[in-house]
Amino acid sequence: MERPAHHWIAALLVSIGLSTLAIPAAAQTAPKISDGRVRFGVLTDMNGPTSDLAGPGSVLAAQMAVEDFGGKVLGLPVDVVSADHQMKPDLAANTARQWFDTQQVDAILDLASSPIALAVMEIARQKNRIAFVNGAGTSRITNDACNANTVHTSWDAYSQSYSLVDAVAKQGGDSWFFITLDNAGGHGVERDGMAAVKAAGAKVVGSVRFPLNSPDFSSYVLQAQSSRAKVVALIASGTDSVNAFKAINEFGLNKTQKVVAMVTFIPEVHALGLQAAQGLILNEAFYWDADAGTRQFSERFFARFKKMPDAVHAGIYSSITHYLRAVQAGGTDEAAAVMKKMKETPVDDFYAHGGRIREDGRMVFDMRLVQVKKPAESKKPWDYYQVLATIPAEQAFQPLAKSTCPLIRKP
Amino acid sequence: MNHTHTTSPTPSRLARLRGPAIVLLLLASLAAPLVVYPVFMMKIYCFALFASAFNLLFGFAGLMSFGHAAFLGSAAYICGYSVRSLGFPPELGLLAGTATAAVLGFVVGRLAIRREGIYFSMVTLALAQMVYFICLQAPFTGSEDGIQGIPRGKLLGFIDLDNPLAMYYFVLAIFVFGFWSVHRIVHSPFGQVLKAIRENEPRAISLGYDVQRYKLVTFVLSASLAGLAGATKTLVFQLVTLTDVHWSTSGEAVLMTLVGGMGTIFGPLVGAAVVVSLEHYLSGLGSWVTLIMGLIFMACVLMFREGIVGSARSFWQWRRARREAATAAKPLSVNAEA
Amino acid sequence: MDIFGVPHQALLGQMFIGLVNGSFYAILSLGLAIIFGLLNVVNFAHGALYMLGALLTWMALNYLGINYWLALLVAPLAVGGLGMVFERTMIRHLRRLDPIYGLLLTFGMAQVLQSLASNSYGVTGLSYSPPELLRGATDVGFMRLPNYRAWVVVASMAVCLSTWYVVERTRLGAYLRAGTENPGMVQAFGINLPLIVTLTYGFGAALAAFAGVLAAPVVQVSPLMGADIVVVVFAVVVVGGMGSILGSIVTGLLLGVVEGLTRVYYPPASNVVIFAIMAVVLMFRPSGLFGTAK
Repeated sequence: MERPAHHWIAALLVSIGLSTLAIPAAAQTAPKISDGRVRFGVLTDMNGPTSDLAGPGSVLAAQMAVEDFGGKVLGLPVDVVSADHQMKPDLAANTARQWFDTQQVDAILDLASSPIALAVMEIARQKNRIAFVNGAGTSRITNDACNANTVHTSWDAYSQSYSLVDAVAKQGGDSWFFITLDNAGGHGVERDGMAAVKAAGAKVVGSVRFPLNSPDFSSYVLQAQSSRAKVVALIASGTDSVNAFKAINEFGLNKTQKVVAMVTFIPEVHALGLQAAQGLILNEAFYWDADAGTRQFSERFFARFKKMPDAVHAGIYSSITHYLRAVQAGGTDEAAAVMKKMKETPVDDFYAHGGRIREDGRMVFDMRLVQVKKPAESKKPWDYYQVLATIPAEQAFQPLAKSTCPLIRKP
Repeated sequence: MNHTHTTSPTPSRLARLRGPAIVLLLLASLAAPLVVYPVFMMKIYCFALFASAFNLLFGFAGLMSFGHAAFLGSAAYICGYSVRSLGFPPELGLLAGTATAAVLGFVVGRLAIRREGIYFSMVTLALAQMVYFICLQAPFTGSEDGIQGIPRGKLLGFIDLDNPLAMYYFVLAIFVFGFWSVHRIVHSPFGQVLKAIRENEPRAISLGYDVQRYKLVTFVLSASLAGLAGATKTLVFQLVTLTDVHWSTSGEAVLMTLVGGMGTIFGPLVGAAVVVSLEHYLSGLGSWVTLIMGLIFMACVLMFREGIVGSARSFWQWRRARREAATAAKPLSVNAEA
Repeated sequence: MDIFGVPHQALLGQMFIGLVNGSFYAILSLGLAIIFGLLNVVNFAHGALYMLGALLTWMALNYLGINYWLALLVAPLAVGGLGMVFERTMIRHLRRLDPIYGLLLTFGMAQVLQSLASNSYGVTGLSYSPPELLRGATDVGFMRLPNYRAWVVVASMAVCLSTWYVVERTRLGAYLRAGTENPGMVQAFGINLPLIVTLTYGFGAALAAFAGVLAAPVVQVSPLMGADIVVVVFAVVVVGGMGSILGSIVTGLLLGVVEGLTRVYYPPASNVVIFAIMAVVLMFRPSGLFGTAK
């Protein structure tokens, strides 16, 4: 443990201060904490395709958030449980139900992979608890599937495509080719991306859809090459994006055409190495080396995990902190009251600048447009990105007016 | 021969215990929701039924299918779709799902039973991969998101299945029905013919049995039961995803049957309970689950090929044989002393 | 000139790419076919051994400074040795049982190997660069051909053909084939069949690892890289005819090309086309394209 002692003292002073403040409040409404504790459940993928992006790092981030908060809220203990959903939605659903019903879990976090996020947020609604989606990106979470018990803190199809396309199109990228993962998530990003291309006055000259877990991308890369599009947009994540990039590099696609990756994140860049990933443009919700705040958290995280945190890990830390503050302020962990408080209070921490949680559960905050550095430009381990631009919260995410969320479209 | 074994005139101790054991087991499962988390139990029932279906084909007919997820999954999708989008009541959804699995079982079975051994397994795997592909591409399946938020609805129009206990007893009833069907099939004259085919196919042919027809009927029965399990699972979890049609789910049926004891009636139930519990209770161990499951798999193949139930039965038979030998030997030794 | 809407030059390029993938299928299915031929085991661990070959290549470079060329030799030897240990300690005991048990055991082995690897290295995997000598690409008229891919085709063909030669044309190969046909008779001639069986499994494992070394610079070295390919390679072996050496080589190449063409005309089906072909072949030619009916 490397947390300096004065944090403890500060935490102690704060809690003493708050408890004295809480006394008059308690006269009207006694703190209502179910089961006498606040418990978070980190439901993640420990060994499967998203375990580097989320996985054990998510559990650590949750533990750090609870420790940094002092391990207590309103004088009652706070703790974290975790489980591996093994990418099986039925197992995830079973665990979530059981956590809510018998393990006193108040909120579930992470939920890497879309089917799992959709399954658990529905259970959170039925059981009136809270789900934080930190590890999945389907737009459905805040559109047709949206509910009042869910907060979506990570990227989505819109945030990954719109601003990226806009920025690249302005630099002269007027013809586009899409290499898209052939599933609902991939189609969603492609749809938003193509719409953005048209909106920017550029045109789509072709596209190809590849099946999940394709080991060899050379065929698709050749198709992109013969399209002669100025920009090639890659919609692939995990091993798929890494393999795609190996082929792009091998066939020299990135020498003649500009390549942007829409749903690729820092674990993949790390796995690929700068030699192969250099020049790639992408959109990140979080970069560890962006400013003093991100560095402060990330270096502590690194000391314990030997890897820098990514957007999922930082998002979980941010969600827990925001949740505990809302519990403290409202004096209850009843889901609707906490959600109300969380939506009222702006989120402004190292993860989310200018952030707030909208009516539809979408947390909006500033995103970063980054470019992967050349090997020579990288000064230290994990020094991977050059931040090109900050995309303000209001532009980064789908406008509320376009959302199909039933909460805001009351018939 | 098998025939004399199963209808032995003096019922063994084990057989005499079977009646009370089943009653006890039924009572225990009726009372289970008081102690064990109901959804967890329901998951065990669904997988036990799935494994039993697989076991019917493999344990009793010697046909190892590596594509049973196709039946589980397609029934789950049809049930989920018909309940959620077409507004079917749950009992009709189950029927639609099961019927789909039966039809699919007929098609796959027709093609697969033309081959034997490893080739049979490969054909079922290949056809199941195609079912997976269809489920991935078809517009109604929701791709990797699957079909979510499926309502449980009201059984026969008046039993609200959102009540956990009502749902529990409904699933238990389905499970008992499925289990009883397997039991009846195995112990019928039909089941005896199956055993004869498994032990010695040429002899069964020479006895005049239409072997292909027997295999096909068994395949369709097995597929339908797997479908029933899949459709029930849909109502329990209120979701269907690609995991249900993935080949690793087929592997799960094999694992459960192997752990429990293939070719035994109760093996799949025990195997499902063990595997589902392991998956559940080890999930806190995170990334080591897959490793532990793999090691269990290997240990079963290498050392406990009879599975838990099979080994228990062998142990019981061994003890009985020893006791009988002892009682038979006693007068002899007395004589020797005298 | 366009062929179904695709310029013929592009099509030639795509076919060549298919041939590269076919080379991997060929080596992998060759190993599977040899193991199945003599041991009657469907080696589900083949994908995991392939992964292990690639992982060892990465480890050799990063921990021991062993370069690619040496890894081509070292990794297959190491994995082959491991395979022989597996055979001696485990697979051997299933010899008299239904071949299904061999499949189940190796299925469990694959899971163990994969989860060990992913627990140690994570799933996104590790990157490995092609050796200095083979970097870059050559313009061959119809496409810009990466040198390393050309090498993959050459190397795998060399290995496949020499294996075929050893099995079909040498004394050792004759024992092997005789052992497949009639094990009792071979042992009666005083040949140490158990040793041959062990060596065969080791050799099959080494072939898988060799494919892994070849693949390391092309695809990301990741614990799950073998999990899906093994199912595809099964299909290749079944299409070619189980136990047929030449059959599995030719079929591997052929199906690689077919898959490559599917990626051009209807990419979503590229993961399933081999299974569709397998189903059709099994219906009309149950013993496979090159198999002999037993």
